[in-house]
Amino acid sequence: MSSLKVGYYPGCSLVGSSRDFAESLHAVAEALSIELCEIPEWNCCGASSGHMIDHLVSIALPINVLLKARKAGMEQVMAPCASCYNRLATASHEVATSAKTRQQVEEVLQTKIDKLPKVMNVIELLAQVADSIGPKVTKKFEQTVACYYGCLLVRPAKVTGFDKTEDPVEMDKLVAAVGGKPIDWNFKTECCGASFSISRTCVVGRLGAKIMKDAIDRKAEAIVVACPMCHSNLDLRRGEVNRHMEKATDVPVLFITQVIGLALGIPEKKLGLARHFVPVKFPAKPVATQVVQ
Amino acid sequence: MSHSLAARLEKEDEVSVADCYQCGKCTAGCPAAEDMDVAPSQVVRLLQTESPKHEERALKSMAIWMCIGCETCVTRCPQEVDLPRTMDFLRQESLARNLANQDADDVVAFHKSFLKSVEKAGRLFEFGMVGDYKLRTGHLFKDLGIAPTMFFKGKLGLLPHGGANKREVAEIFARARAAKKESQT
Repeated sequence: MSSLKVGYYPGCSLVGSSRDFAESLHAVAEALSIELCEIPEWNCCGASSGHMIDHLVSIALPINVLLKARKAGMEQVMAPCASCYNRLATASHEVATSAKTRQQVEEVLQTKIDKLPKVMNVIELLAQVADSIGPKVTKKFEQTVACYYGCLLVRPAKVTGFDKTEDPVEMDKLVAAVGGKPIDWNFKTECCGASFSISRTCVVGRLGAKIMKDAIDRKAEAIVVACPMCHSNLDLRRGEVNRHMEKATDVPVLFITQVIGLALGIPEKKLGLARHFVPVKFPAKPVATQVVQ
Repeated sequence: MSHSLAARLEKEDEVSVADCYQCGKCTAGCPAAEDMDVAPSQVVRLLQTESPKHEERALKSMAIWMCIGCETCVTRCPQEVDLPRTMDFLRQESLARNLANQDADDVVAFHKSFLKSVEKAGRLFEFGMVGDYKLRTGHLFKDLGIAPTMFFKGKLGLLPHGGANKREVAEIFARARAAKKESQT
């Protein structure tokens, strides 16, 4: 099988508190013959704090990253973190649509902004090789799951252009491809509180509780995400979420790459599952896990 | 001659608050509206009047700091008024005029600590950022309960990440600062 080669922007979360996302991404990429070429000397995209208190920096930082990717010959860049993905896409969109911003950023970076690489998220990347995933499944992921997209993969549509804004389905399709049963639910694109994790933990608890409640009411056995903040707010902050729910919940939160990794038979250790706060355990099934021939 | 915030927002960020007809859809879908002193649609209304008194109310509001930036409002707005961008503009103006609501000190501190960490190392150093945040806010003991678990699960690095071009990133911050100063004079 010919391998797919793509520019890779890890972002700060994947080398920090979301190492499990990085570990599972690399393991799955290897299994699916995707070559991730890391952008040399990449810098932080500025994340939420950037655009909230320093607009120019919030555009200049991502463009600097994309210019490095371009220089390294990359035509497309995949950012697994939804926030990074959103900031790279927003910055590209702004310099493409506003001559004034483009000029300001060129002055800050002291270089001309030429053609920039296309930005994509991890679901878009995996969707490209979706057909090759099914035949490689060795252990179906037979859980009922709530695919939780959050805010920044789908919004605003004119910037990301990804999936259906209010009812995205691409992650559901990937889960179904490895044997999972995605549910129809109401909180697919509701906000988890994102960067308030530290400064307003109570907001994260309140919003996370609404998300968890709907998923649990609809019998989800796991929540699947593609964003380090969604993961950390529902997993690492589960104590706060449980306080708002006024009950202890143990539904685990998995990255989409971990779900695919499990189905491909990749050992749990290589997928970083032990790093989660909420243990990754599922209710026993009446029928033992089947092996696909 | 001083310009209204609405006029500046239109000129600098190409956002026209005049397009808003106050349907309230932004407020209805906002996950943070219940934490706000002024609802999102009302923030727009305060700018529409172009009265300095109303503008100051918006700049001093908690609402601009409780906005999470989830982009739900602009996605659903029938007039495509870019409210998240408006919130960014108001936050920055509020800081520039020293009008930020004191109850939002911790939110502001978080953003400042975050960017300071990036300016220094080129990439976010989470442990250092949280330390800086604690010093700014005095919330010294917050989250100490989960820190050891984070550490043992390999989610809390105690050293900054190398790999970025630190000098280059510091220069981006410095030049952006200089450009802002120039535009204000």
